[in-house]
Amino acid sequence: MLWIQVLVNGLALGGLYACIAAGFSLVWGVLNIINILHGSLIVLGGYLAFFAHQSFGVSPFLFAPVAGAILFVLGYVIQRIAINPVMGRPVLMTLVLTFGLNLFLDNAMLAGFKADYRKINLNPPLGVFEFGDIILPIDRVYATAVGLALVIALGLLLRFTQLGRAIVAVRMDRDAASLMGIDVKRTYAIAFALGTFMAGSAGALLAAIFPISPVSSGGYLGKAFVICVLGGLGSIPGVVAGGFALGVIESFGALFIGPENALTISFLLLLVLLVVRPTGLLGRKGFN
Amino acid sequence: MRWRIFSIAAGLVLFIGLLAFGDNYVLRLATTVAMYATLAVAWNIVGGFSGYPSFATAAFFGLGAYAGGLASSAGVPVVAAWIGAGLFTAIFATALGFAILHLRGHYFAIGSLVVADVLREVTNSWTSLTGGGMGLNVPLLGGSSSSQAQLFLVAMSVVAVAAVLVSIWIDRARLGVALRCIEQNEDAAQVIGVDTRRAKVTGFALSSLFIGIAGAIYASWVSYIDPSDVYDVSLSVKPIIMALLGGVGTIAGPVIGAFVFLGLEELIWRNSLEFHAGFLGLLVVALVLFLPSGLGALRGRGVWSSLVGIVRRAPR
Repeated sequence: MLWIQVLVNGLALGGLYACIAAGFSLVWGVLNIINILHGSLIVLGGYLAFFAHQSFGVSPFLFAPVAGAILFVLGYVIQRIAINPVMGRPVLMTLVLTFGLNLFLDNAMLAGFKADYRKINLNPPLGVFEFGDIILPIDRVYATAVGLALVIALGLLLRFTQLGRAIVAVRMDRDAASLMGIDVKRTYAIAFALGTFMAGSAGALLAAIFPISPVSSGGYLGKAFVICVLGGLGSIPGVVAGGFALGVIESFGALFIGPENALTISFLLLLVLLVVRPTGLLGRKGFN
Repeated sequence: MRWRIFSIAAGLVLFIGLLAFGDNYVLRLATTVAMYATLAVAWNIVGGFSGYPSFATAAFFGLGAYAGGLASSAGVPVVAAWIGAGLFTAIFATALGFAILHLRGHYFAIGSLVVADVLREVTNSWTSLTGGGMGLNVPLLGGSSSSQAQLFLVAMSVVAVAAVLVSIWIDRARLGVALRCIEQNEDAAQVIGVDTRRAKVTGFALSSLFIGIAGAIYASWVSYIDPSDVYDVSLSVKPIIMALLGGVGTIAGPVIGAFVFLGLEELIWRNSLEFHAGFLGLLVVALVLFLPSGLGALRGRGVWSSLVGIVRRAPR
């Protein structure tokens, strides 16, 4: 019974984890940039949801797409100003650049919001589902459902819209895409902004469940790394598989080795996977 | 050649002057610059010569700090503890190198980046050995505070000079040729018979040796270390910024970059305590956007034309 409960705990976070990593994976896959900023953008989305709830009483689950939309604009501007000039440069340059942006945003949030943890207290509390002995907190179900829905929406957008096809085309062959009349720079900016959209929504959903603080950005970034490597870079099904896999692995890791080591386990797993199977559990497919 | 002898002599005079007349603040700055130069020069062996974007500096630094701190707590003479910590780090780096140096580009960057996180968490959890999150008190050396400050300056400078000498040697040896071949085209290097794996692992281990020793000296110097301090990711990024400032892949570049970086850091710290990390971030962004090939790009031009050149290259 305990095992089923632990499994359920892990699965209940899976969709949310997929949402955390989807934007990171999209940016990495399409722009070929490791966006160190991603964790801080998630935290920023969380704060937006916190203030929306505090001031206007908006439910963070409904607010998630709005937080995403605000960060979409921010992401578009950041990409146009700071990231576009370094497109195609070696990983060292792009990584150091996003690290610098991250230092700035982190510090700005620390100065603006202070380091103490804040929590959205839903009123009335959502409570739990109970199936026999199995307990399932409803807020997690909502968060994972909304997160998963957003990830699927992103997948559909990439698959079926003209914009999505343009993003995929630029990923496959930038020059050919450009010859077909696609505005490559604009497509890069939109792909990056879609990544920050997902970060903002994921942050709003996280804020509904967990306390938020500027210092937790590194942990979210780490989760995004692990999920991408688990699921394989640059595919939506991979991100979903990786998200649920990480949820379950963390949950069982917490059971056997203690909750304080959950992140260490996932990082160790990441290293092992990089060594033995760098293309991820599902193999490399890409956004096609 | 005459230039070189002159600058070495000037450096020596400056160094002796510092030792004789420097107050504790100046000595602290000088020791920090020596530490930064060590890290940047050591990083450059991997990141510059072979072009592998290593973010493992913090991992090696922290490992060296803890190994040295624990050894000297156990009563090992302090210099032996420092060197032992360096060797320990190099052994770790060799094993790590065999595991992750076959990765390329982004995967290698991420792989090397998370090593410090893993080590930090292990150090945090292994309370019985490391003191966990409470940190570790490293035994103080005897003597007055000024004689200690002088000692640490000498120790850190010796390591920095050794790192520079080794990187000069690598640059001229077969290893350097192999690493530069890998930087240009690894597959081609393999085809012409370079044992790429051996070259990469050797470079990685040599680089980590100096970083580990610097970490161990740092531990004795500040006499208290904790995991979030010595495994801090900024320790991985700062050496890269220094190398970028001075010129990646050159011998003198990382050293010059270390001086410039410390100057900028002091300037920022003095003017803004609360927002210094933010300003550092902006500096990094500006560096990558406007001066990607380092300060060397400004050489031979007046101040004014350099500034104009920077602004002209500004992205639109």
